[in-house]
Amino acid sequence: MIEVEGLTRYYGDFAAVQDASFSIGEREIVGFLGLNGAGKSTILKVIAGLLMPSAGTVRVGGVDALEDPDTLRTKIGFLPEEPPLYREMQVREFLRWAGQAKGCSAKEVDAELPKVIELCDLGTMQHKVIDELSHGYRKRVGIAQAIIHRPEVVILDEPISGLDPQQIVEMRKVVRSLKERATVLISSHILTEVAVTCDRVLVIHGGRIVATGSTDELAEQQGGGGSVTLSLRGTVDAVKEALSSSDAVTDFEVDEDEALVRADVTLADGERARDELVAHVVAAGLGVFAVADTVSELEQAFLQLTRGDAKATLAKEEKAS
Amino acid sequence: MVARRDLAAYLNNVWGYAVIAVVLVVDGILFNAVALGDRPKYSAEVMEQFFYFSFGTTVIASMLLTMRLVAEERQTGTLVLIDSSPLRPWQIIGGKYLSAMTVLAGLILVTLYMPALVFVNGKVSYGHIVAGYTGLLLVAAATAAIGTFASTVSRSQLVAGFASTALTVVLVVFWLLAKVADPPLKDVFSYMSLYDRHFRGFMQGQINTEDIVFYVSIAFVSLMLSTRFMAARRWR
Repeated sequence: MIEVEGLTRYYGDFAAVQDASFSIGEREIVGFLGLNGAGKSTILKVIAGLLMPSAGTVRVGGVDALEDPDTLRTKIGFLPEEPPLYREMQVREFLRWAGQAKGCSAKEVDAELPKVIELCDLGTMQHKVIDELSHGYRKRVGIAQAIIHRPEVVILDEPISGLDPQQIVEMRKVVRSLKERATVLISSHILTEVAVTCDRVLVIHGGRIVATGSTDELAEQQGGGGSVTLSLRGTVDAVKEALSSSDAVTDFEVDEDEALVRADVTLADGERARDELVAHVVAAGLGVFAVADTVSELEQAFLQLTRGDAKATLAKEEKAS
Repeated sequence: MVARRDLAAYLNNVWGYAVIAVVLVVDGILFNAVALGDRPKYSAEVMEQFFYFSFGTTVIASMLLTMRLVAEERQTGTLVLIDSSPLRPWQIIGGKYLSAMTVLAGLILVTLYMPALVFVNGKVSYGHIVAGYTGLLLVAAATAAIGTFASTVSRSQLVAGFASTALTVVLVVFWLLAKVADPPLKDVFSYMSLYDRHFRGFMQGQINTEDIVFYVSIAFVSLMLSTRFMAARRWR
């Protein structure tokens, strides 16, 4: 469905995307995962025909982005992070306009409209003025305008940003249901979102594709077993000795925290690494007060792929939350 | 599609009505105070003065109505809607221009009641009215195109307003520069002037091909530049 070969995109002298190559099949939900400024949105905008590539080729359904950008745009539905909506219009009126602007006849739009309204659960809102809707409903209208012309590919840039937890759950349902109609590309910097929604992930760092695969495959490729924080009863030396001698540990840091010793441990790959670690410290005579997962396998893989930049960002997000 | 949406936006927005109302009020006041005045005049002189100040109000209305065309969409993020559609740049620019011209033409034609009033106590040549209104529509076409261009290249409506005003003022001021410059610059300034050389004929009830070509050329070049700019954005 989508073939990208050697895609490079410059903004002035700055290369936002460098030599990116990948292919995406029909009816896949693919997540583009990367830090802010990694180049995710630029890649998606080139696929959507909003930007032209500086080098390389992009083909969607056999249509080349450079040779026939107008036809390419008819195959794509695009929702940017902030839904582009004419707020003075009613939902239904807006969707009719959007469908026709994307090349459908009034008859085709009228046939599609009820399906789209049902899919995006906009039935009760269809006669309301967009300006009166909540942020969650505006996102839904944004998705509806992106699919009203039955595109082969739907691109959603940060679809859950700004939504509350309930809206996020509902949005996931909508996104998953889009798979029945189209290939779906999602850009996100939220790891859990990508893990929950997508069949496959492309990790982008510094404008380059640094990994691709399912979330499980990524964790396996990177050998990331996740991280845990242990709160242990015992001396610092005893904890260090126990952790150093465990096969389940690849790295650790130890801090003395009042009566307890706190150890941040990076686990070795494998499903049982966490269990083995706990059994090992108990066998070493240490008291286990608490074991908390701090970084999931996917996060661990992401950290290894994007190194220092990601770690700093995750720490910042953790601190903020 | 674009023209229909933009026309609806004018009609659903206070700004459009406010501009139309203010221009009509100012036109009415000037017609009463300046064109009719407090001394007896020939009807032709009244009409000439009416078209003289209508030139100014048409230019101002044009600037105020066109500054939002593209810049507002850029500000609110809705430009991506038309950017991601298969609409071509000329269709986008053409549609937006058409919507602005429809409102401007409507506004200009609503002022027809003023020449009609002259019929009450005077005798006006229909040809004079047709020529004057043709001139006003051509001025609107040229300045709306300049405004469309300014709105296309500007990040905000305010900047677009300033840019289109600056461009139009420069074109109007050429008339004054032509008075003080020596040849051949004098001829260049005179020909490039939005007012005087090209509008005076319409004011007096004459339609000259050269003047029509001038205003149409300004509109064409401005719209072509706007279209080129829209297309080039995808490469920057």
